[in-house]
Amino acid sequence: MKQGLLAALFIARKDLRTEFRTKEALNASVSFALVVLLLFSFAFDLGRDEFYDISGGLLWLVYVFAGALIVNRSFIREVPNDCLDVLIASPMPPWALFLGKTVASFVLLLIVELVSLPVYGLFNNIQWVHAFWRLFGVMILATWGITITGVAFSAVTVNVRLRELMLPVLHYPLLMPLLIGAMQVSTALIKGEASDIGQELRIVVVFDLVFTSLALYLIEFILVG
Amino acid sequence: MRDKAVYILGILGTVLMAWNLHTIFVGLGDEAAQGAIGKMLFIHVPAAITAYTFYAVAVVCSVGFLVSKDFKYDSVAVSAIEVAQTFTLVNLVTGSIWGHIIWGIWWTWDLRLTSQFMCFMLYLGYLLMRPAIVEATQRATMSAILAIFAAADIPLVVMAIRLHNVRTQHPAPVLETGGVDPTWRLPLLMGYIVLVLIGSALVLVRLRQETVHREIDSLRRELHAI
Repeated sequence: MKQGLLAALFIARKDLRTEFRTKEALNASVSFALVVLLLFSFAFDLGRDEFYDISGGLLWLVYVFAGALIVNRSFIREVPNDCLDVLIASPMPPWALFLGKTVASFVLLLIVELVSLPVYGLFNNIQWVHAFWRLFGVMILATWGITITGVAFSAVTVNVRLRELMLPVLHYPLLMPLLIGAMQVSTALIKGEASDIGQELRIVVVFDLVFTSLALYLIEFILVG
Repeated sequence: MRDKAVYILGILGTVLMAWNLHTIFVGLGDEAAQGAIGKMLFIHVPAAITAYTFYAVAVVCSVGFLVSKDFKYDSVAVSAIEVAQTFTLVNLVTGSIWGHIIWGIWWTWDLRLTSQFMCFMLYLGYLLMRPAIVEATQRATMSAILAIFAAADIPLVVMAIRLHNVRTQHPAPVLETGGVDPTWRLPLLMGYIVLVLIGSALVLVRLRQETVHREIDSLRRELHAI
């Protein structure tokens, strides 16, 4: 168990180091988030109050689109030079490999989110600073849900033709309960009406727990067969 | 044997359905508030429950495949999901027709409608992914995992639907609230039974296709080896 966790940490560090050296996914994801924000400005012509009503929803749309680019890379990165086969054949348990990759994607997506949040507030004239820490908590919970399912699907689709197309088709419908919860909590926090969000938050937490345990259990079937 | 089962299930289902439709349209009065369109309930609700029944069969078979690696389970799973998809579509379309008459719109992003649509999309992804994986064992394994993931998602969606601040125009599920007239209960149950019978016949037909498909595949591979 302890060795598995150490291996996971090792994989996460390896992935993060590779990513920080090339910045492939990170750059693409941040600029994609900015493009989506730009597109929103054309798509909606709303008054200030109306925009606040949908602020959480838009925020999570940006995050989930940017997230797809990050989780997509997670296992495909290992395909050239047959690195994936070597990782699977190595003595570390499959769940450790998966957990390490998830942690790396989680950190990367969180960085993208933290970069795009101020831009989002700036472009749309939304005050979010007063709720930052609570918003950050929601971001941690929901981002974990997005990455754990996304990386699992990235492993599922690694040998699939048209995998870049398949991943969002499989991933987005699955995220619906998580996103409903995260969007409603975020809207409430940004609007400063966060007295009654327990139920929504519970969905996000339950989603995390269910899919973390399911993915960690099933990953051996996905990777080893 | 399987041929016989297809015919028996199919004919039994069709006859019972004709009898049930007769009861629904001739024997029962119209719904007080909605008029004749209210009888859409007898197709709409059983179709949804039948779809869930076959999804459940598919999930059990998917787990069965992961445990036993027996391709029979994989075949049943994919057949059941295809049939369940059909019934989900029946549910969505009948609901849409009902909505057009009662609400005046074909579709609204009500959470119930959205979640049913989402269920359809989840398993559509399953059906889309299958042909994209060439290797049979891998295809079956990934499909099974996908089916299990999708099934784990559905209770969470139900949880999301019951959020206190989500407004819905969809009528409350009559079976949960018990708000359905006693004379309507039997035709509703019968509607479910006939759809399960017909659905099972369809699964068996589809199952045979899947078996033949696998045989052709292995013959082709053998030929390739020579």
